[in-house]
Amino acid sequence: MIETDFTPTEMMTIAAARALKNTDVCFVGIGAPSAACNIARLTHAPDVTLIYESGTIGTAPSVLPLSIGDGELCDTAVTTVSVPEMFRYWLQGGRVTVGFLGAAQIDRFGNINTTVIGEYDHPKTRLPGGGGAPEIASSCGEIFITLKQSKRAMVEKIDFFTSFGHGEGGDHRARLGITTKGPTLMVTDLAVWRTDPVTHEFTVVLLHPGVTREMVQAECGWTVRFADEVDETPPPTELELTTLRDLNARTKAAHSGAHTGDAA
Amino acid sequence: MAHFMTLPEAVAQNLNSGDTAAFEGFTHLIPHASAHEALRQGIKDLTLVRMTPDLIYDQMIGMGAVRKLIFSYAGNPGVGLLRRLRDSVENGWPHKIEIEEHSHAAMANAYEAGAAGLPFAMLRGYKGAELARVNPNIKSVTCPFTGEELAAVPAIRPDVTFIHAQKADRKGNVLVEGIVGVQKEAVLAAKRSVVTVEEIVDDLSAHPNACVLPGWTVTVICEVPGGAHPSYAHGYYPRDNASYIAWDRIAADRDTFLAWMKENVLDATPEVFDDRVSHLRSRS
Repeated sequence: MIETDFTPTEMMTIAAARALKNTDVCFVGIGAPSAACNIARLTHAPDVTLIYESGTIGTAPSVLPLSIGDGELCDTAVTTVSVPEMFRYWLQGGRVTVGFLGAAQIDRFGNINTTVIGEYDHPKTRLPGGGGAPEIASSCGEIFITLKQSKRAMVEKIDFFTSFGHGEGGDHRARLGITTKGPTLMVTDLAVWRTDPVTHEFTVVLLHPGVTREMVQAECGWTVRFADEVDETPPPTELELTTLRDLNARTKAAHSGAHTGDAA
Repeated sequence: MAHFMTLPEAVAQNLNSGDTAAFEGFTHLIPHASAHEALRQGIKDLTLVRMTPDLIYDQMIGMGAVRKLIFSYAGNPGVGLLRRLRDSVENGWPHKIEIEEHSHAAMANAYEAGAAGLPFAMLRGYKGAELARVNPNIKSVTCPFTGEELAAVPAIRPDVTFIHAQKADRKGNVLVEGIVGVQKEAVLAAKRSVVTVEEIVDDLSAHPNACVLPGWTVTVICEVPGGAHPSYAHGYYPRDNASYIAWDRIAADRDTFLAWMKENVLDATPEVFDDRVSHLRSRS
């Protein structure tokens, strides 16, 4: 095992950030995607347009928002539109190149469940639901996904199809009349995955430094496919790591308060 | 023309048990004071509508005031799940609520259809999404020009909508600034509306294209400074993120929840909201 001076989560965020281009218009999910998108903006993609579903377009927060509607998103945005306008003109209108999502539960074809664990009518765990995700998944040019690997999250069969990825694989999206690309990239704390151009199954193309194939399989509920040639993810640069740690420190300071609860 | 009155009077005159009510606010300007007043008045059997039912609907569900919830994202944003909602849906405590679940895009379109006086909304949505299987109110229509199949959902027409806004002038015109969410649509879609505001001013000083609800579209205005806390009012006080984080612990246990509700809601008055934001105002 190589000695590393960064955490798997830091590697995940930085590897996910690298996927965004300076010219992208990105619909940002809260949590891990939000961190990745802002690191992209603060490093190699200063002009990337970040959109949060609260209506803020072209936002540039100095700390990560706790919710998708924190005031700073509006203060720093190019413009803030109403929520109906956001979903009609901007998302449905086809103006977003990348949707960046997290996932509570995901399968090998990038189908995501954030609705229930168990039966819909009698759930074992009632999750928040889809929010903007069902239409983000079908209306954005392509979908990037980032999450920490675990067998609980990466499963053979998801309990509920909140957001459609590639369905059963192959041309399932096209058969439903969906014209966008769907999931093309997944970045976990262990690896970078791309979808196979034909089967549309997620395939490992890069292993993060120090990670083995066995480690990826141990935290994944389906049999992992690896590309013919698997390379190593370039480790974080000093700039990437410093930018991420500074952002996290600013965020932590901003969100703590006099009567913060012990559960976060 | 909008009437000016106290919040207890406004709730008593405009919200009845059994109503379909929307307490809207998309993370910003959430009408906490109005929801708490509804609980103090013991209003029950509500069908609550909101895109993002967060703390106030968790509180109303936990207090047994809700029969049905129409929503698209039921979480504590950035913190986790809604524990009182979960207890109702998973364990039937205090009773099991009925749910009608949509996506944000569908809810936003449905409010807009309500405001526009249309019977339904259509969108390019729900493709491959399983909500269409479990929600009979998600149907489809075929475009008569292109043949494209589109999703259709019923318009939202609440009996009453509650929102919080920054200002009203003395004629009852209301200014909403910042993240405006679906509040304008939710007010225009409703039969009645109650707007709590941070302050009542002589002149709104609004930009020509600002989001203003003319006084004749609003039923009641109540001055309740701090009335959105722990949500925020852009330009007045920031979101109290620490309170959202603390809620996760309070709501985790039924007895802790009930004790908190008694102390902070049932035994309180609308005036306490001003104090709750006093330490936040300097940070806005």
